[in-house]
Amino acid sequence: MTSISEVGGNRPPPRTWNWVGIVPFLLFSTAFLLGPAAILLVRSFQANEGGWTLLNYRQLTDPQVLEAYGLSVRISLVTAIVGGVFGFLMAWAVIYGGLPRPFRSLLTTFSGVASNFAGVPLAAAFIFTLGRIGLITALFGFFGVELYQSGFSLYNFWGLSVVYMFFQFPLMVLTITPALEGLKKEWKEASENLGASSWQYWRHVALPVLLPSILGTIILLFGNAFGAHATAYALTGGTLRLATILIGAQISGDVLQNQGLGYAVAMGMVVIMGISIGIYTILQRRAERWLG
Amino acid sequence: MTVTAAPTAIETPAAVVTPAKAGTGSKVMAWLILLAGIAYFLTPLIATGERAFRAIGGTFSFEAFRRVVSDPEFLRTFGESAINAVLTIFVSLLVIVPTAYWVTLRVPKLRSVIEFITLLPFVIPAVVLVFGLIRMYSRPPLAILSTYGSTRVMLICAYAALSFPYMYRSVDNGLRAINVRTLTEAAQSLGAKWPTIIRRVIFPNLRVALLSGALLTFAIVIGELTIALYMGQHTFGPYMSNLVRNFVAEPAALTVLSFAMTWAAMGIISFLARRQPSSKPKKAV
Repeated sequence: MTSISEVGGNRPPPRTWNWVGIVPFLLFSTAFLLGPAAILLVRSFQANEGGWTLLNYRQLTDPQVLEAYGLSVRISLVTAIVGGVFGFLMAWAVIYGGLPRPFRSLLTTFSGVASNFAGVPLAAAFIFTLGRIGLITALFGFFGVELYQSGFSLYNFWGLSVVYMFFQFPLMVLTITPALEGLKKEWKEASENLGASSWQYWRHVALPVLLPSILGTIILLFGNAFGAHATAYALTGGTLRLATILIGAQISGDVLQNQGLGYAVAMGMVVIMGISIGIYTILQRRAERWLG
Repeated sequence: MTVTAAPTAIETPAAVVTPAKAGTGSKVMAWLILLAGIAYFLTPLIATGERAFRAIGGTFSFEAFRRVVSDPEFLRTFGESAINAVLTIFVSLLVIVPTAYWVTLRVPKLRSVIEFITLLPFVIPAVVLVFGLIRMYSRPPLAILSTYGSTRVMLICAYAALSFPYMYRSVDNGLRAINVRTLTEAAQSLGAKWPTIIRRVIFPNLRVALLSGALLTFAIVIGELTIALYMGQHTFGPYMSNLVRNFVAEPAALTVLSFAMTWAAMGIISFLARRQPSSKPKKAV
């Protein structure tokens, strides 16, 4: 019965043991999330012969590593920007484009599915579409265009970009829809009363308000593609050397022939992901000022 | 969620003068964008369906599905992944629900810390996480990854950690929607103890939130490749990955099945989410 007065009282006692309640969560997170990351961090500062060093980070300029990071960055940038712009247009189309209403919930549900449809099934679906014996490849062949002789391949940079788009732009749709719906009717009315055209309203009112959300989400998409491994692995079997694929190869056999460098590559990945998620969070908070 | 306030403003005279309808130009553009999107979305699904239903014998048949289902490896790996998924959901709920509840009720100041930790899986990619887990747990002081069974336990715990962003968010949203403090006080004044409160008061009120989190977790775990692959687990993800490279019709059938499962999970989630608001007023009474 004492517990009632404890909960009901407005002022909790100054020193409490309440924090003990989250200890199981902290232990679990340490064992399976923070701990593994910390191990990699510590090892990345250790020399292979023992002792502390910064050499592993200096060796990140190794051509193999730079190439992998470069490929990851390029593919993430391209799919984030193209996916972001197209996802935005798609969300705009169903919300403000005067399309029949059912399309709206249909797009949201479909985006929920597609943004979680990464990995092996996604890779397989595109192999059946644009692979060497894919449906679209065959269709082009029927019209006399041999895709694979004209330089296209599903298993290189552009091919993988097309595949990544399948989960990139649905994520944009999902994240940007609340922002688009947050645009106030009064702003549109006010600008129309002042004689602005629809284009001027979007150019000078809506887009500036939405800009932090759009940029933030594009950065989120960047991180989303940067950390992806399963789709690329299932598609190319590890021949397309992204940063994640390189780390995977390093796990199963020291392909860099330098354990320490492997840890540094993994930490570099975490830093890049951390920065993108951080910027996303800041921009999202900024966006709430107008759209909250 | 404050978005809902906006539509009420339409009733002003200004709205009558300029009905917020899209012009013909933008309507045409909207249709073009929508059609382009639909084409991009549907083409891979059609191509996969075509392979799955027609690749064997050239005519429509369920032969590919029959072959998949009659492969004992399929049943074994799928079964193992399904059990892993259920256990992951169980572990994740066990860690997240009491924590989220306790934070809301007793230590709201620590909310941002908990939130930060639950978002870490977005910062630590799966391939990096498995790298760290292997380095941490394969050497003597903590050599847990020495047998298949103990590695499987590790896999499930790693999956539970990966589900934290979804699970915590969905439970936290659920807790915000109900008045945790009042419900807890009411239960306590009736003499209920903590386990009873969580089991009989909090859990039932969070049913929809928990189900959404659980379904999303299931969809992610069932075909997961990266962690299972490097931990050497014979689950559904690695099985599918091998098949993709060696066969044509069977992986198409598997892809159709995976897509159907993801679709079902998301469909149920959005169905539950849409039903949620209408059931709220009843709770308030």
